[in-house]
Amino acid sequence: MGSRIFGSPIKRREDPRLLTGQAKFTDDFSLPGMAYLAVVRSPYAHAKIKAIRTKKAAAMDGVLGVYTGQDMKDAGFGPIPCAWVVPGSDAKTPAYPPVAIDTVRYAGNAVAIVVATDRYIARDAADAVEVDYTPLPAVTDAEKATRKGAPQIHADVPNNQAFHWKVAGGDVDAAFKSADVVVKERIINQRLIPNAIECRSALAQYLTSTGEFTLWVTTQNPHIARFLLSLDTGTPEQKIRVIAPEVGGGFGSKLPHYPEDSMVVFASKMLGVPVKWTETRSENYRSTIHGRDHIQDVEMAAKKDGTIVGIRATVWANMGAYLSTASTGVPTILHGLMLSGAYDIKNIREDVYGVFTNTTPVDTYRGAGRPEATFLIERMVDLVAQKLKKDPADVRKKNFIPPFADGHTVATGLTYDSGNYIAAFDKALKMLDYTGFRKKQAELRKKGEYVGVGFSTYSEICGLGPSAVAGAVGFGGGLWESAVVRFHPSGKVVVLLGISPHGQGERTTFAQIVADQLGVAVEDVEVIHGDTERTPMGWGSYGSRSTPVGSGALMAAITKVRDKAKIVAAHLLEASADDIEYADGKFSVRGAPAKSKTIQDIALMANVAWNYPKGLEPGLEAEAFWDPPNFVYPFGSHIAVVRVDAETGEVRLERYLAVDDCGKVINPLIVSGQIHGGIAQGVAQALWEGAAYDDAGQLLTGSLMDYAVPKAEFFPNFELGETVTPTNVNPLGVKGIGETGTIASTAAVYNAVMDALTPFNVGKIDMPLTPEKVWRAISGARR
Amino acid sequence: MYPVSITVNGKKRRNQVDARLLLVHYLRDTLGLTGTNIGCDTSQCGSCTVLMDGKAVKSCTVLAVQADGAKVQTIEGLANGKMHPLQDAFWEKHGLQCGFCTPGMILTACDILQNNPKPSDAEIRAGLEGNLCRCTGYQNIVAAVKDAAGRMAKA
Repeated sequence: MGSRIFGSPIKRREDPRLLTGQAKFTDDFSLPGMAYLAVVRSPYAHAKIKAIRTKKAAAMDGVLGVYTGQDMKDAGFGPIPCAWVVPGSDAKTPAYPPVAIDTVRYAGNAVAIVVATDRYIARDAADAVEVDYTPLPAVTDAEKATRKGAPQIHADVPNNQAFHWKVAGGDVDAAFKSADVVVKERIINQRLIPNAIECRSALAQYLTSTGEFTLWVTTQNPHIARFLLSLDTGTPEQKIRVIAPEVGGGFGSKLPHYPEDSMVVFASKMLGVPVKWTETRSENYRSTIHGRDHIQDVEMAAKKDGTIVGIRATVWANMGAYLSTASTGVPTILHGLMLSGAYDIKNIREDVYGVFTNTTPVDTYRGAGRPEATFLIERMVDLVAQKLKKDPADVRKKNFIPPFADGHTVATGLTYDSGNYIAAFDKALKMLDYTGFRKKQAELRKKGEYVGVGFSTYSEICGLGPSAVAGAVGFGGGLWESAVVRFHPSGKVVVLLGISPHGQGERTTFAQIVADQLGVAVEDVEVIHGDTERTPMGWGSYGSRSTPVGSGALMAAITKVRDKAKIVAAHLLEASADDIEYADGKFSVRGAPAKSKTIQDIALMANVAWNYPKGLEPGLEAEAFWDPPNFVYPFGSHIAVVRVDAETGEVRLERYLAVDDCGKVINPLIVSGQIHGGIAQGVAQALWEGAAYDDAGQLLTGSLMDYAVPKAEFFPNFELGETVTPTNVNPLGVKGIGETGTIASTAAVYNAVMDALTPFNVGKIDMPLTPEKVWRAISGARR
Repeated sequence: MYPVSITVNGKKRRNQVDARLLLVHYLRDTLGLTGTNIGCDTSQCGSCTVLMDGKAVKSCTVLAVQADGAKVQTIEGLANGKMHPLQDAFWEKHGLQCGFCTPGMILTACDILQNNPKPSDAEIRAGLEGNLCRCTGYQNIVAAVKDAAGRMAKA
């Protein structure tokens, strides 16, 4: 191929409208006659609803309607479905009514909705709705919730146990018997709040004359939203159009189908006007899903030489009050199956208890299960190194799976696609000058200065995934992708995608692919996604799947277009199709390169069909659906360097080095951006972020005043390196990169702080490692 | 209702507004200038930042009536025939992903560069303390502001 735009750091075509304010996010849309919806939410974490008095609110000027959960139920609006029920886990999925009926189960649970002509009036009217509650005892801690005598959250779920999932590989007990050392730790992987900067919003326009509706909504997967809305709104799927306009970040929090999506449809149906709801940030903290929240009891067994022989773990995964859309897959499939990470550990056993508590539902937050697996293993590897008095770098090297290019099956049964873990780690160590760092660290310690280094050498599962596997593990949908490639008569191209990016830049990267593969200028390709009426069915953007799976579908469509163009070229050049060669957008006759047609010539002829092969369909357009044969497994090595002020407990991140391998890179600018952002979110878990509830179930970190989303000045510049290990799973050899930063960085930073604190012998500190906690640990240890 | 007269992006606008109407809702709902975004309700995120009489303010913490008589600049008014150097630099340096915080970031950056035309990385990071971004890890935003400073010095 001639000039390759694949691999170039071209500027994003998404940007001009975002940079000028011309981009339209959901809340930017207004329709004639539009009304605003506000939600009355429970201040209690657990209570019986005794009475809801709506008269005062309903009588206010501008109020169009006040509704309860019973009203929605009476109108045929059903519970919000859970779309991932992991089999073999005795899973219980109690009904999740969009607006509570009888009982509220978390602070923020909807109890009534108010619709008014203006957002301010809707808010006032929501405050005027009077609700009488009988408070019930609440529980927020997943392990405590399973104990005898704990408050029962759902009548038909004994001990609040939503499910019990197990994974086992090898002979774990024998491995532990044969071990020279066993290390144990209780790891608290704390609850996080995703904090996409755009809060959620939904605008519904229901046509009572035809029973159809359009929903503009902040979603990562409009086709899934349509499917689930057809189940709970009672509207047939063909009468639903879901549009994801510009979406201001998701990080998994805009994957689920939410009660408010159903509420606006209901209200629009009742009132016959378009209805919009837009979340406030404080509301977002209570009503949009949270992430993580594991209590993990872990043991790791090793030989004296550092060989890790087994992992045993019990996990209590806090699911919140209800099972959100993809929730049960997170602490199981996306966590438990990845417990050996980048290491050759042959014996693994994990029990995961999914537990209901009186908290906001927990679902997919960037990394979703894999950060919890990576932190677990990376922390335990350091503890093994500590116990054996070995260098944590050496223990990692001792246990890496050796390089492989075409499949490696691990103890949990997954088959990784390709990996070269040692290459990435060596590169990262070199970037740091590890030996030099240890020398400097020792010198600084003598002066009373405490710096530390931490590693996280990960492998992760993404590019979700083969549909047969999705079905086997209880995911309520397929995981293939789709694309349409359409040539206009003028030779310009439109691509329609089933994925729905929201910041990841596939409008640019997929245009780069098309430009190279079809020999058109990148400017001549427009990429469209996010509208169920314009794009083919697809499963959306999450689990770092858009590029590895979406590009597979795109390549399949491109191949179909090229094959058809070849037939048209043969006709125009009066040659046999077998004699037609394709290169760089030109079809020529083998042996007679002067006789050629450009793809643009062919696009014109295919569209007008004046001089055209008999029997061939007109038009130059193809649709393709592509189901990947496997997941993809990006990997890498991250290194954090921190400085701890022993007097104040303050941790400063001094350097952060990341060597990531996502196979072939389409646009390095975009890949590095994904890595930067991912690192920032993972570092934040280690050092600053954590959602906290009091015992009564009140969210103490209830706004951005109390929850520490990091700022620019918290970070140094990240230093990136790469290795390139292509995958055989998809035609372009690409792996996902959207989550690796978050998956890897928490453990690297945590391990670095612990390394810095080695002289103090502080033991464990739970994340986030705030100055207060670090200072207390140091002063406690000194005493 | 109270009368206000606010010059928005160079155009004088006269409206009757509720005393409690926030400037950001005045811009978005009354004038239809939806480029200014809302990301929180406690003035932490900075998505709603606009320039009021040349200074960066969070328009969710200003009442429309307080802006009476003021000059307000929003992201829609920044490009003057061609993109502002900050817009070009954010584009070039990949200083945005989802783009939701971007209008606020750029207007804050305007304020930073007005006061300090040649800021260091540390000064840029400190100057952006009132603006949150969840996508970029800030690195390319800092690079973009620095790059814009260079462009503006040449201009």
